[in-house]
Amino acid sequence: MVSGGHEEGVVTDAPGGRVDTAPAPTGDASPPRPGPPLGAALTVGVVALALALAIGVALASHHGPLVPWTITVIGGLLAVGASVGWLTLPANPLLRHLAVAGVAGLLLLLFSDHVSAFSDFQIAQVAYYVPAAAGLTLLVGWNGQLSLGHGALMAIGAYTVAVLMAHNPTFPVIALILAAVVVTGLAGAVIGVAAARLRGPYLAGATLALAVALPELATRYSGTLGGAQGLPVRPLGVPTWLSETFPAERWLAWVGIVSGLVVLVLLANLMRSGIGRRLRTVRDDEVAASLAGVNVARTQVMAFVVSAACAGLAGALYGFATSLANPAAFSLILSLSLVTAIVIGGLGSLAGAVLGATALVFVPRLTTNVSNRFKLDTSVKGNLPLAVYGLLLVLAMLTFPDGIVGGLRRLARFVTPRHRSPPAGSAGTAPSTSAPAATAPTTSAAAATAPAGDVQGPPAG
Amino acid sequence: MTAPFGRRGLTRLAAGIAVVTVAASACSSSSKSSSGGSSGSSASSGSTAASEPNKASAPGITADTITIGSHQPLTGIAAPGYSEIAPSANAYFQWVNDHGGVNGRKIVYKYEDDAYNPANTTAVVRKQVLEDQVFAIFTGLGTATHLAVRDFLNTNKIPDLFVASGCLCWADAAKYPYTFGSQTDYTIEGKIQGQFIDKTYAGKKIGYFYQNDDFGQDGLKGLDSQISASSVVTKQPYTVTNINVGPQIAALQQAGAQVVVSYSVPPFTALALLAAQKLNYHPQWVVSNVGADPTTLTGMLSSYSKGAAGGSLLEGNVSDSYLPPPDDVGNPWIQLFRQVHDKYVPTLPFDGNVQFGMTFAYTFVQTMLAAGKNPTRQSVVDALQKSHFTGPGLVPFRFSPTDHGGYSGEQMNQLTNGKIQTIGPPQVTDGGSGPITPYTTAQPAPPPNGIPTS
Repeated sequence: MVSGGHEEGVVTDAPGGRVDTAPAPTGDASPPRPGPPLGAALTVGVVALALALAIGVALASHHGPLVPWTITVIGGLLAVGASVGWLTLPANPLLRHLAVAGVAGLLLLLFSDHVSAFSDFQIAQVAYYVPAAAGLTLLVGWNGQLSLGHGALMAIGAYTVAVLMAHNPTFPVIALILAAVVVTGLAGAVIGVAAARLRGPYLAGATLALAVALPELATRYSGTLGGAQGLPVRPLGVPTWLSETFPAERWLAWVGIVSGLVVLVLLANLMRSGIGRRLRTVRDDEVAASLAGVNVARTQVMAFVVSAACAGLAGALYGFATSLANPAAFSLILSLSLVTAIVIGGLGSLAGAVLGATALVFVPRLTTNVSNRFKLDTSVKGNLPLAVYGLLLVLAMLTFPDGIVGGLRRLARFVTPRHRSPPAGSAGTAPSTSAPAATAPTTSAAAATAPAGDVQGPPAG
Repeated sequence: MTAPFGRRGLTRLAAGIAVVTVAASACSSSSKSSSGGSSGSSASSGSTAASEPNKASAPGITADTITIGSHQPLTGIAAPGYSEIAPSANAYFQWVNDHGGVNGRKIVYKYEDDAYNPANTTAVVRKQVLEDQVFAIFTGLGTATHLAVRDFLNTNKIPDLFVASGCLCWADAAKYPYTFGSQTDYTIEGKIQGQFIDKTYAGKKIGYFYQNDDFGQDGLKGLDSQISASSVVTKQPYTVTNINVGPQIAALQQAGAQVVVSYSVPPFTALALLAAQKLNYHPQWVVSNVGADPTTLTGMLSSYSKGAAGGSLLEGNVSDSYLPPPDDVGNPWIQLFRQVHDKYVPTLPFDGNVQFGMTFAYTFVQTMLAAGKNPTRQSVVDALQKSHFTGPGLVPFRFSPTDHGGYSGEQMNQLTNGKIQTIGPPQVTDGGSGPITPYTTAQPAPPPNGIPTS
């Protein structure tokens, strides 16, 4: 890990625009400052030690729950350490995001190598929801445009892969995935132009129509798109440099982990950049944004394109995991589940998107286990996951309006002693990089539900 | 003034929408009750008198259990009717377990809901295979849903027995050696119906009403091979997502079709009959087996018309089946299945779905017995390829080393005075250009305790 050399420690979790040098019109809530950070050199040492321990345990033991648990604990400790500010992360956003993603990726790959093939498949499932949820949280949380049609955009990604594959079976996987990203991004541009003219419920209605109507094209053009039966997607073949007994599910998980992390790093950087600030400006006040010289429509279309491209990647991964592009798989329920996921995870937060995607995979599994345990009726069992999402959503709205991430942050604030310095500087002019990270929340409405935008540790699983 | 649609507003709107969806989906669930799992508490068998002891011969098989899995639409659009299949199969397995099991092994049947969504199917089946370590997947239901797991099952060499779908795609033994079909495929059905129509309604104008997917198109392939093109006046497709079939029925009426062949699932058969009644259009209906079950249709007709119409609209309709009519109380197989039904799943209506579940549960027990005292996944495949099982079906299976298609034919029937009357002997054929021949071997009686012996 490379340190940015900030001895006094910059804000780590809400990767806080504080290192930005340009003025940030809106601010992020910053985590509490619980005591002195370790410093860059020590952080590198601690992380290196943690990774060495994880690798050591992984190499020494092949079976049993020891390795997954060790890695979960190590990952959890590192994540907590980073989010409460003990660890000193590089100040440069790109370096910081790469470092976090690198550590998280390494731990995840180790983790996936020591769990059952089914757990690997679940990781792959989380990994195909992550880009879609992350893209959606950018659009909704950072740009204020609600899309209820992201499931349909995922369908475009999956169908792009399926159609290209049928056309030419020798296309490499990476080309198929990139094609899905590009095609869905283009579709997002078209939809985004329309969406930029719509506000509030009208935008929600239009994207809802998209979620319902787009998968129907498959039955309308059943010749090319395979109708209700869908098009087959050849599952990812395990590359020859891996052993012959390497489970296909694990390879799927690896492809998913790498793609997911790449998307998260790109989005985290985007959010830290000038574009990210423009997105938030437009969200908070369109009039003020245009007075400040921000092209509102262009910014909104751009947000939609980025978000759609992420959904396209998710759709491609979804296609590989289910080996099928089928209209029934991209139902309205999927679109709404994605919205639910990002709200439960924490709207506007990439870590929240990851947590929400994890919930999408594990809540149904949990409820199925409960139903089996208590021998519940099928009609109860089948609907329990959705009922639980609904309940979680209501609870989140009542108690943690900022989702899991916001809730965790409140918890951290509650349990850690406060070393807060009074707000330095007025809102609207960001402190320079050398300022102690006294990042007081600004007074804007956004601060109340401010996002944390960083890549977080591995989902337990 | 902030944006008209701030973050909090968004969150609330999203939450509101999600809550509404949850409520809607909870209301649309099937109200059928079913019991999962196996009976468990019955007396253990000591009746196996073979020399070889029972071993844990394969994943999912222990000395005293055989664990199998399945994906079923227990909730969602396909649940009405189809959600009865797995509990009925499980009822027959309980019957077998209570009579000593299969070679002393009890069958544990774990079926899970996929809500007819292929994405759920992949997760459910992977969980059953990789985590629950089932021996085989049994009557996985649906074409699109099952296509999503066919590669996975065959790559992992998991027996994929009796897929509950009439797609031609399960017959491909060379490419998918572990997958076996169940019901007669739609092209064979179309051929047999087509021949019947060509003979019985010679000179009449014929129209098609069909589902615009593999089901309808495969059926039409068979029909067109038998009915002269000049007598077909119009072909009207429908898609399952549009429940307004009025235009198609009006077009059939306009074209003067006197016989309408309907390759439709039950809800659309009911919608078509109601639309025709509204137009005062009374052609002779010939309906595909999957969309003709009178018990299911009567319920739908009366519910869609708010009680204004009912089973009387079905009178005189022609269909076909590879199983004896469920209302044929004289048939010993129906008597057996009714007995099992009354004992274990008495709350389900005794209809074609229940019969289907039990038929293939019986066939599964036959398969396991034929696969040897200590079956393996390969020995099950070998046994099925060599099998010439007879039993609850009217026609033989096609299973061979080169063909994994299910039943090989159908018997025509007609609803007369509310009862299904068979017409002529069962007919068998292949999915290609082979001839259609009557199958005259009488259906054997079931074994005394209703459990196959070997």
